Formats: sequence, C-alpha cells, structure tokens
Amino acid sequence: MESLEQLHGRLLTRFPGAEIVVVNNPAPSAQHSLLVPRDVARELAFFLRDDPALALDYCSNVTGVDWPEKEIIETTKSTVPDPAGGAPKVVETKTKRIQPGYFEVVYHLFSIALKHGPVIVRVRTGNRTDDVTVPSFTPIWRSGEFQEREVYDLFGVTFSGHPDLRRILMWDEFKDHPMRKDYVEPDDYEWEPTPHGVVLEKARQHYPPAVVAPAETPPPAAKP
Amino acid sequence: MSASDPSTLFPPLAAPGSNVRAVHDPFHGDLLEVSMGPHHPSTHGVFRMVVTLDGERIVKLKPVFGYLHRNHEKIGENTTYLGSMPYTDRLDYMCSMTNNWAYALAVEKLAGQPVPERAEYLRIILAELTRLLNHTCLAGFLLQDTGASGTPLMYAFREREKILDLFESLSGSRMMCNYQRFGGCRVDASPQWLEAARRVAANYSEFLDEYETLITGNEILMARTQGVGKLSPELAVSAGVTGPMLRATGVNYDLRKVDGYGLYPRFEFRVPLGDHGDTYDRYMIRVLEMRESIKILQQAFRDLPGGPIMDPKSKLRGFRPKAGESYGRIEGPKGEIGFYLISDGSPNPYRYRVRAPSFVNLTILEDMCLGQTVADAVIILGSVDIVLGEVDR
Repeated sequence: MESLEQLHGRLLTRFPGAEIVVVNNPAPSAQHSLLVPRDVARELAFFLRDDPALALDYCSNVTGVDWPEKEIIETTKSTVPDPAGGAPKVVETKTKRIQPGYFEVVYHLFSIALKHGPVIVRVRTGNRTDDVTVPSFTPIWRSGEFQEREVYDLFGVTFSGHPDLRRILMWDEFKDHPMRKDYVEPDDYEWEPTPHGVVLEKARQHYPPAVVAPAETPPPAAKP
Repeated sequence: MSASDPSTLFPPLAAPGSNVRAVHDPFHGDLLEVSMGPHHPSTHGVFRMVVTLDGERIVKLKPVFGYLHRNHEKIGENTTYLGSMPYTDRLDYMCSMTNNWAYALAVEKLAGQPVPERAEYLRIILAELTRLLNHTCLAGFLLQDTGASGTPLMYAFREREKILDLFESLSGSRMMCNYQRFGGCRVDASPQWLEAARRVAANYSEFLDEYETLITGNEILMARTQGVGKLSPELAVSAGVTGPMLRATGVNYDLRKVDGYGLYPRFEFRVPLGDHGDTYDRYMIRVLEMRESIKILQQAFRDLPGGPIMDPKSKLRGFRPKAGESYGRIEGPKGEIGFYLISDGSPNPYRYRVRAPSFVNLTILEDMCLGQTVADAVIILGSVDIVLGEVDR
C-alpha cells in the first residue's frame, strides 16, 4: 500500500482546493490520520472505497471524540534593553488564547480485498453547540449505521444523510449526551450501609446542610 | 353509501406495483407488531427486537439495545489504563481472555511495549482455548434455539467446564480472568497446568467427532438451517461483519493471517470458508475453526519456550503513555474486537473506545431475517452469536 503522504498527495490533486491535512500521531503505533473537511468528506469517502489501488471496502470502527474548548497560555520571551544602561532584561509576556472546541468523528478503514489498512479519516464539526452536523458515511459503508447512531446518542453529533438517526443505547426520552466531557451525572445518591469517600461526598452535595448528615443516620438494626 | 353496499365490504386493493399496502386487504391479514424480548429465552440476554409480521413472515425488524448499557467507555476514561483491564472481562463475558489481549495489544501499540516470547505463546494458547469455549457454547445454544432442548447444550457445557477449570486454575477465576497485562501475562503456567491443558486439547477432537455425529448430519438441523438467513458477501463486507459470520459467506479475512499479530505467523493453520452464507454454514465454519484451533494448540504446546512472562521494562502502576493514539485489534471468537485509545499523557486514557464485534454484526440482522418466519429469526439471531455485555457496553 502507498504511504499516507503519497495518498495525501493524490487526494490533493483529486480534490483541488480542499483542506486535507495529515494529522501526525507521535505514539509508537504511528497510525497517522487524514483530517478531511466536511464539504468534500462524502465524495472523498466514495473515492477511498472505489479507487482500485485503495479499495477500502471495510469500515471497521466509527467513533467520536470530544475536544472541549481549552485555554492555551502562550509565553513569549522578549528582551527589553535596560534604560539605565545595564544588561538587557528578559521579559515574559503571557497571552491567553481560547481554542474553540469541536467534536471529531474518526473512521478506521481497511481493505478486505487487498488486505491492508488502516486508513484513518477524521471529520470535525464546527463547534460543540449548534454546528454539530457531519456527513454520514452509512450510504457508503453500511457498518456505520449503528456506530454513527451511537456517536449521535453519546456525543450529540448529527449525521446528515443517515437513514435512521435515533438514540441507540440511551432511551429515547434522555436529554443529554453522556460521553461529552462536560456531562454532569444526575444526583442519584442512595444511602449505603458503609458510606465511604465517594458516597460521602455525594451525600454532602445531595443533602442541604441543615438536614441530618449521613454519618449520623442510624445504622441498620443488628440482625438477631 | 348504505351499510349494505358491497363496495364497503371489499375496498379496493392498492395499485399494482405499489409498495403501499391497503389497510383492509381481504386477502391478507393486517400486519402485527411483536416485541420479542428483552426477557425472552431465545435472545441470549436482554436484547429486544421489534418484529413486524405478515402472518408468520417478517416484513420489518428493528433491534432495540441498551438494556445492559453502563457506559463502559466513560468508565474507561475515568480510570487508569490498568484499571480498565479487569473491566474488559465484562464486555464479552464468555471470552475474557481475548478481550484482555485486544486491550493489552492496543496499549502496547500506544506505548511501544514489547512482549516476551513465552507470554505471546501463552496468549495464543489461551485465545485458542477461548475460541474452543465460545464456539462450543454457540453450537450448543444454536441447537437449543432450533428446539433440541437440553442434550446438545449439556454436551457443550460439559466441555466448556473443562476449559473453565483450566482458566480457574491459571488465573483464579472461571470467566472474569483478568489475565493479560501490558507487556506480558500475570501468572506463569506451571508444567502441571500445561499437561492438563494438553490433555484437554488432545481430547477435544474426540468430543467434536461425537458432537458432529449427533448434530452435523442431522436432517432436522439441515432442514431448519440450510438456506435460512442468507447473507451475501458484498453486504457482509459493506456492513463490517467480521469473524466466522464473514467467513461463512466465503470472504477470506482472518486477522490472525492478515495482521499476523502476536506470533500467529509461526503457526500453521487453515482458514475455513463457507459457500452459501446461511445459518448452516455459520454453524459449520465454527466447527471447522475449532478443529484448526486444536492444531494451533498442539503446535503451541510443542514449541512453548521458557523465559520470562513479563517484559522487565513494563510498567503497570503509574503507567502514563506519551500523547498519541492507537487502534489495536485481534480476531476474537466473535469477530474483530478492537480498542481505540487516545492518550494525552495523563494516567487515564483521554478516549477509550471498544469496537465490539457482535454489536456491528447485528447491523444486518434485519436483512437476514426479512421474509423468514419468526422461528427462523430465533435461529438466525443465535447464529450471529451475540453477547449483550458487549453489544450494550
């Protein structure tokens, strides 16, 4: 199989103007991936499947990754000459920059016909709130049907062109998306006979301060 | 229009060639929606399918999941790398050894961790024993689904118990083995254990002969399974079906040969392939795979080297791989089981994803069941070989 750089070059000639980027993976596994813009993702997927040298006919794994927005503090050093004529001082200036968050859908593609792979394709949403639609690959690889539903269910990414986009693991009336990094668990505190650290902390949040603290709750009656 | 008007008794049928079915069709009954499961003995756990029936024929089937959902992936993100290892046992609780191996392989790829030779051999021995165990159970359950109540399942469980005894004496637990570690295995196999395992493997083909005499040529089994639930190779590949189900359609794709992970390239074995892609082929492929597994086991017992079972540089506690990601997959008994990990350099994985084979294999359940009867749907589901701990995660 051709290397990812060669494939990247071919894709750039096939889709001129598209911002296709190779995402480098520093781990020893060296599984680098292709970051694909949303507008050409569908055509590119068809190309990956139908190109005779690639023939990626098997989409093994579809998953989502949540990258919340994060504050990046950049430190820049600059030398300021001392007005008194001494040695120039080194001044550190810190600038804060907020990197916007997004969701990422990752596809692991293999070829059963030619027995090679993986080619990893990533598609990113615009943000984490209202622009969360990516094109569905289910019309190309049927194996995405349930897995994209799972990403929709647990991350809240919507897939345009998916034939049957419903919740799959959580129930239909469920509101939130539990795999998001900012998901807050519901308050489901239950008193346990032997409260320990985590349970005690939950109890402290569960009960208003005036109510009996769980440590003072009477222990269950001893069995005769 | 009066009540005695004959046209109200026989409303017009739908236009010829139309997909729309007249609601009151005097020649066909109404469609009936049946909810099979989640508590149904034939669904192998808490699986539910909403089946729409025309008489006894299935016209629509929608699987419903999530009754065993505990968000395994979120729990994996909230615990350390090693802390997830015993939890992978609970995915496919029949095959904890292969789940462990797949997870260990993904972490070893992420951290560039080598594995000593003896550990690789032990892994292969345990993975093939797991394959025997899983396929034996499946054959028993499949026969149970066809109505052969009791006997084949008990025969299968008798053999399963022998393998579970081996697992128990090696790892301390029958099913939740928690045996593999990053860079090796947890405990070494003693010569006595190896002798016992060798005996089990040697006697296994005798059991298979006995089982096959009873079952494989059985007329009732053939009538119930041949031509039922056919799957075309094109659809199987597109739907990401893996494992014995894929090979029953005639597609040659076995990760032990394709990826050559572990030390499998050193072993001589064949990949059995099916012809029709029906339920009988799926049963038959598993029986043939068991025979190949016995061959692999015999070679592994013959060639098992001495030496350490853990790489001395491997680190379990305080294990913090550098930032990066990896996807590791192995050929589990049910299909490709893969783990996708993203590390951000902290002790917990940033993203921990399980690619569960039976979850993906269920994608084409509806396609296989359309036009079949309800009784056949039970057998087709049985031949998919699902475990709900893995489907719902």
